Amino acid sequence: MSTLEIKGLTVSVHTEDGPKEILRGVDLTVSSGETHAIMGPNGSGKSTLAYSIAGHPKYTVTGGTVTLDGEDVLAMKVDQRARAGLFLAMQYPVEVPGVTVSNFLRTAKTAIDGQAPKLRTWVKDVKQAMANLRIDPEFADRNVNEGFSGGEKKRHEILQLQLLKPKVAILDETDSGLDIDALRIVADGVNQAKDETNVGVLLITHYTRILRYIKPDFVHVFVDGRIVEEGGKELADRLEDEGYDRFLTAASA
Amino acid sequence: MSLVADTSRPVDAVTAAGKAHTDSAAAFVPDKSRAERTASFDVADFPVPRGREEEWRFTPVKKLRGLLEPGATGRLEWDTFLPEGVTVSTIPSSEARELGALPPQDRAAVVAADVEKVTLVDIPAEAELTEPVRIRLIGDDATQPIHEHIVVRAGHHCRATVLFAHRGSAQYAQLVSVLTGDASDITVVASQRWEDDAIHLAQHDALVGRDATYRHISLTLGGKIVRLNANVRYAGPGGDATLLGVYFADAGQHLEHRSFVDHNTPHCKSHVTYKGALQGASAHTVWIGDALIRAEAEGTDTYELNRNLILTDGARADSVPNLEIETGEIVGAGHASATGRFDDLQLFYLQSRGIPEDEAKRLVVRGFFADVIKQIPMADLRAEATAAIEHELATTAYAAAATSDSTTPEHTSKEN
Ligand SMILES: Nc1ncnc2c1ncn2[C@@H]1O[C@H](COP(=O)(O)OP(=O)(O)O)[C@@H](O)[C@H]1O
Ligand SMILES: [Mg+2]
Repeated sequence: MSTLEIKGLTVSVHTEDGPKEILRGVDLTVSSGETHAIMGPNGSGKSTLAYSIAGHPKYTVTGGTVTLDGEDVLAMKVDQRARAGLFLAMQYPVEVPGVTVSNFLRTAKTAIDGQAPKLRTWVKDVKQAMANLRIDPEFADRNVNEGFSGGEKKRHEILQLQLLKPKVAILDETDSGLDIDALRIVADGVNQAKDETNVGVLLITHYTRILRYIKPDFVHVFVDGRIVEEGGKELADRLEDEGYDRFLTAASA
Repeated sequence: MSLVADTSRPVDAVTAAGKAHTDSAAAFVPDKSRAERTASFDVADFPVPRGREEEWRFTPVKKLRGLLEPGATGRLEWDTFLPEGVTVSTIPSSEARELGALPPQDRAAVVAADVEKVTLVDIPAEAELTEPVRIRLIGDDATQPIHEHIVVRAGHHCRATVLFAHRGSAQYAQLVSVLTGDASDITVVASQRWEDDAIHLAQHDALVGRDATYRHISLTLGGKIVRLNANVRYAGPGGDATLLGVYFADAGQHLEHRSFVDHNTPHCKSHVTYKGALQGASAHTVWIGDALIRAEAEGTDTYELNRNLILTDGARADSVPNLEIETGEIVGAGHASATGRFDDLQLFYLQSRGIPEDEAKRLVVRGFFADVIKQIPMADLRAEATAAIEHELATTAYAAAATSDSTTPEHTSKEN
């Protein structure tokens, strides 16, 4: 049982006109087995939240705490956070020229586990996970994200989720840019990870579409750098019908 | 990555893969055409350079003086492995010229050619060598200048790889003249793993036969000053030349690579790719990529690329592509040059998967070189190149703690 606890988190980015505050006090707790959907309009700070938890150097934490099972996440380097059990499926995965997917996966797995995986089971696990996500076996020899389509990049992120087995995973708009078939495959991949490892999931999305396939236990509406309303699955249905207008007026009022 | 292209003539837009890096070189416009540069076997035609000359302006010429005077008497030790049918003999220099060796293009090459005896490596026509010709050239004295001219003659329809492995300490001016027969497939690999005090000035010319395929691969890791000019001309149409280079400069090293592809014949191709990494104070690399498409060279397809990765402060990479195009009737012509540091996004992505910063950097550097290294035709040389780069990286400040047991050089060379 693991718990990611975010309290009063404020984050700013550096701009030419000085620091700009983007997260304005976020409180959120995600435990093993739970799925939390964070829904909000573009520019509300969802990716900022995801990147700040992962430790992206662009974002400066100006206040609040983030802990994983009581350990101070904010004091950890990026790689330490991953080894502690955090995973971020990125909205825009990065190309790494000359580094093959298989080399990358094995290197990451070795780093996370602190030892190289047993070759036979590893090769089998990778093949199986790639097959489940309908990733062509030849992708193992391709360079990481190089020349991948949008959907292929997202499936490659979920492949890593399945193989690295984090305690808590943040999925940043993993659904965006996916057609319905790809969305189903990706959602199945996330659900399978949930079943197998009881991973806690923080699912960031703009649309309710993915929530038909990945059932959230909690829904948080995120506007202007903070959570403005919380509820269960029914809140997502309401957003589907009403959109974010109600919250936007509330926030600017 | 920035793309720099000659805009005065039709130029194929070539999309270069990679992330935005700082642009180190705008297309350099020389005051005269490369075609007008002196090419001659007469030493008197090349004054001793003072460092201001176009072709010497990046080189520390003051450290070369003894080597640029004719009459050197030293010799390197030759250690050869010759597959069946391949012979090595000595011929008078007059004969080398009759065979068609191209004339020297700078002072270092002309003194290298100003010797009485030339070594001829002969690969018979239609030979299909399954093993490379291996020539180790070993020096044991960095004070004694050595001048040497080697001719590699490859007969028509033969297929061969010739490795020149340079080792030890030397002060060495070298001219290698490669004459490839029609429809032959020849690869020359020049591996520079000299000791820290070595100076090596080289001109490697190829006259590429009709419909022939030629590859020249430079692997430059060791030496105090290495300057290797790999040049190509075509003896007939249909020639296809690929010039590749990998270099890694540490503190105090000057590693310079120049290439000149002279498209003097229609329907020929050339592809030039050099990649380098630099670390340490005063590490200096130079890449000059000249290509000339003459008026008669219709149907030419050429591309020159140089990328440099600066790993630590204090290193300097000069990179100058220069494309001259005298006909619009070409298939494609382009060049790109970029010098940059680590891409923060790449490092973040790798680290966010648990990979420590040092290891992430090593992974990025290996990946940076991977596309060139995988074109080295011999598995043992690929492994050697990979291991040599690993070794260089192990001495990097950031890479001091070797904690990784996840990837061995063997794995990397196989998979990347
Ligand atoms: N470097 C930056 N300079 C200025 N504003 C930034 C910078 N980075 C992000 N922002 C702003 O922060 C806000 C939140 O961005 P983001 O977290 O990407 O939102 P979301 O993921 O919800 O669409 C946006 O208004 C964006 O313009
Ligand atoms: Mg976003």
